[in-house]
Amino acid sequence: MNTRTTSPSTTAVLDSPDRSPVSVSPAPVPDAAAPARRPACHPSTHRDAGGWTPACAMHRLLPGRGVAVLLRGGRQAALFLLTDGSLHAVGNIDPSAGAAVMSRGIVGDRGGEATVASPLLKEVYSLTDGRCLNVPGLTLPVHPVRVEDGVIHVGPAGADSPGI
Amino acid sequence: MSAQSLVVIGHGMVGHRLVQNLRQRDEADRWSVTVLCEEPWAAYDRVGLSAYVGGWEPNALALDGNDFAGDPLVELRVGDGATAVDVAAHTVVSASGATHPYDALVFATGSYAFRPPVPGADLPGCFVYRTIGDLDAIRAAVEGRDGERAVVVGGGLLGLEAADALRSLGLIPHIVEHNDRLLSAQVDAGGGALLGRLVTDLGLHVHPGSRTDAIAPAGDGLAVHLTGETVLDAAVVVFATGIRPRDAVAGDAGLALAPRGGIATDRAMRTSVPDVYAVGECAAVEGTCYGLVAPGYAMADAVADRLLGGDGEFPGADTSTKLKLLGVDVASFGDIHAADDGALEVVLSDAAKRTYAKLVVSDDASTLLGGILVGDATAYTTLRPLVGSPIPGDPAALISPAGATVGAGSLPDDAEICSCNAVTKASICSAIADGACDLSTVTDRTRAGSTCGGCLPAVKQLLASSGVTLSKALCEHFDQSRAELFEIVRATRTRTFSALIAQHGRGIGCEICKPVVASILASTSSDHILDAEQAALQDTNDHFLANLQKNGTYSVVPRMPGGECTPDQLIIIGEVARDFGLYTKVTGGQRIDLFGARVEQLPQIWRRLVDAGMESGHAYGKSLRTAKSCVGSSWCRYGVQDSLSMAVRLELRYRGLRSPHKLKLGVSGCARECAEARSKDVGVIATETGWNLYVGGNGGQTPTHARQLAGRLDDDALVRCIDRFLMFYIRTADRLQRTARWLEEIDGGLDHVRQVVCEDSFGIAAELDDAMESHVAGYRDEWAAVLDDPETLERFVSFVNAPAEPDPTVAFDDSGPRKVPVLVGMPEFPAANA
Repeated sequence: MNTRTTSPSTTAVLDSPDRSPVSVSPAPVPDAAAPARRPACHPSTHRDAGGWTPACAMHRLLPGRGVAVLLRGGRQAALFLLTDGSLHAVGNIDPSAGAAVMSRGIVGDRGGEATVASPLLKEVYSLTDGRCLNVPGLTLPVHPVRVEDGVIHVGPAGADSPGI
Repeated sequence: MSAQSLVVIGHGMVGHRLVQNLRQRDEADRWSVTVLCEEPWAAYDRVGLSAYVGGWEPNALALDGNDFAGDPLVELRVGDGATAVDVAAHTVVSASGATHPYDALVFATGSYAFRPPVPGADLPGCFVYRTIGDLDAIRAAVEGRDGERAVVVGGGLLGLEAADALRSLGLIPHIVEHNDRLLSAQVDAGGGALLGRLVTDLGLHVHPGSRTDAIAPAGDGLAVHLTGETVLDAAVVVFATGIRPRDAVAGDAGLALAPRGGIATDRAMRTSVPDVYAVGECAAVEGTCYGLVAPGYAMADAVADRLLGGDGEFPGADTSTKLKLLGVDVASFGDIHAADDGALEVVLSDAAKRTYAKLVVSDDASTLLGGILVGDATAYTTLRPLVGSPIPGDPAALISPAGATVGAGSLPDDAEICSCNAVTKASICSAIADGACDLSTVTDRTRAGSTCGGCLPAVKQLLASSGVTLSKALCEHFDQSRAELFEIVRATRTRTFSALIAQHGRGIGCEICKPVVASILASTSSDHILDAEQAALQDTNDHFLANLQKNGTYSVVPRMPGGECTPDQLIIIGEVARDFGLYTKVTGGQRIDLFGARVEQLPQIWRRLVDAGMESGHAYGKSLRTAKSCVGSSWCRYGVQDSLSMAVRLELRYRGLRSPHKLKLGVSGCARECAEARSKDVGVIATETGWNLYVGGNGGQTPTHARQLAGRLDDDALVRCIDRFLMFYIRTADRLQRTARWLEEIDGGLDHVRQVVCEDSFGIAAELDDAMESHVAGYRDEWAAVLDDPETLERFVSFVNAPAEPDPTVAFDDSGPRKVPVLVGMPEFPAANA
């Protein structure tokens, strides 16, 4: 049986007090079969899975660059500020590689459509609708973004809420 | 709303082609399509099935667009094959029990692998070779049985594929073939004899002229009884004894079948029942079944055409084959058995080179009818389209190694370049004329090369000969090449990407031009690469000053000039690795790589390394990596110069130098060349009389030996030469072009570079010298600078809203011989808001 280790979860510094940090159970994993690779998640996180998450103040973002946001419920978003001032958020997991790296990709445009390229194997995704422009069949979830009192909030993917 | 429903039974390569073709052409959305796919995987590349071995990743075989994502008019039902058809009611019932009414129905059910009626052929341990599922089952059965024997029954194309797969799985394949040679359908006796020798050399065992009489259990394996006394013990048996059309559902529904199996169709692919078609391997077109993908595609195209009101017909099949089996090239095309009256054969068999080539030509030697190539099939691409055409010159010259090679340019317009997709030279040339000026665009527009890829060299030739000038534009944002942008930045002293793109480009840039401009800005100044706007341009490696690994963690490499490292530094590296749980490995560049660091750990790790006197090794950058070295005359009894001191001097001089691609140096203390300097971009080899300087060596995809630029140099002359060489390369090379390819492509080649560097033929030597001097003077350790800058440090967090929370998707498995990343994906949650 495999023993999987991960660094112990340090205390989360989160804007939301009612949220418990998601942690990967360090060991033991009861069964080495594939489904067991999913880390356990704290049951209380389900409740908030659909809410908006405060990410950071506007001034924390570097124009033309992304940051990773840990969403309520444990998912991750990649949040980007473009040089034109627009904000975009998509899923942080690279759909092809399975690693949480999209926030570290380089943003740009293809014929005027805002894009981000995966830093791993450089698949290019639309920041508008999440579809992959050079590998058919890959898609990133798109998250709505809003700004309240100078703080950027990221919503659940697919929520019917306009971006900025 | 669509007027009509099409049901397609089967989602193999041909079924997929049909739906794809129909949806592409059906602009009026006349048909909505239901695809019943029996296998648990949507259409995949069955021709390339063997590639599944090793990676075991079904998605890698997936055909383009096989999920029809975003097409509301296609319903793909994976794992839901058809079980019954009622032609009177115009309905199909699928395995799930659902009923699907149709206006038109297409059988694309393909074939099943045939198991001969040999006693024991159904025992556990006996397999066929047809689907991903078959390969998974074989893999499971041979696990832990390395080095044991595997018997493949059948020495045709499939049998050789299966043998190759079993060999990759660590077994020793024995091929039992009842004919006197392998590939009896494709090659003649001469070609078959050579093939047998080549395959035997590869460690396979061939039993020609043998039949399998029975299979019986024996211990934890099987005993395969061949004609005569031979008994082969085997871990598994794989049957590759041909395929049979899958016509059972069609037969039950009352469709007429051909006498030897297969759903009977005419050339319009119509079956005996109205509104029902059959395509691919399950169809018997006027009595003949075709077991190749190219004829299947042609049938699919004919049906798509008919569904849209056309009168498409199956044009007949080209059964040419080219393949690489077990590393051996085999090709056959046209009429290889010289069946035509009076046809002549031209044979060139070279036992020494292990190549065999036969052409079949008309009785007056003017027209090519077919041919066979074994051992070297490079001529296939140009010969196959010539079948039926007049031969340009002496037929022997076509296969003679010294003879003229036939370029794709000399082929007739109707010559078929891509036989998988029936694309002629004329349609490729017209795509090029319409502006397709690179390989991928030609493939997108014509489909040439999208299936087996065998014709891509010919497509490239056509591109080259059509006078297309390949665009030098860096990307869609800049029309200039990297070298031109370098000169613009240098001449105009532009210091920001935004100013450069506003003045000389368009749009907001992309992942291609941003790192290029970042690199140019870094090569032309000593600013920190994460200063101001430059930070946003950097690829993730440069942005976090570490090497991104597959699971999103980074590796860390402190500099060890010339491979030197003090015991104290080794201890610190060891302590850091231990304290942060990092996996350590010695690199090819004589230093230590620490793997598995998360973003937020990088500053803590570097704090300790910098405090111990270490600095960035730039392993993450398109920049100088290392100067590899032997110990030279200081320790070695053969050394004639102090190569170690020189390596350290060079590495410290060029550290941090940004370039079009990574740069590697090597310095050897004598001609024994222990530092492997001639495989480096800059290689220095000591002689009794000074240093010899070699440039343009590369490992990589196309290894190249460095060539001598200058000889018998003293220390300072050597350094000056390297200064100029590197700066000239940095100024003029293309994006991601290493020195080897740069020297190949630069006008005048190495001689020209020697004139510029050693003789100052351009009069720019002083400029190059100055540029390098200012780089050396401005060097500062990138990591030390980051640790001193709180604002930049703020970026080294896992999450902007939870800076110290480790990424929950990062985990490792250290139960094996080494720690490895495990992709755990995202935690799964019940439906949101539930």
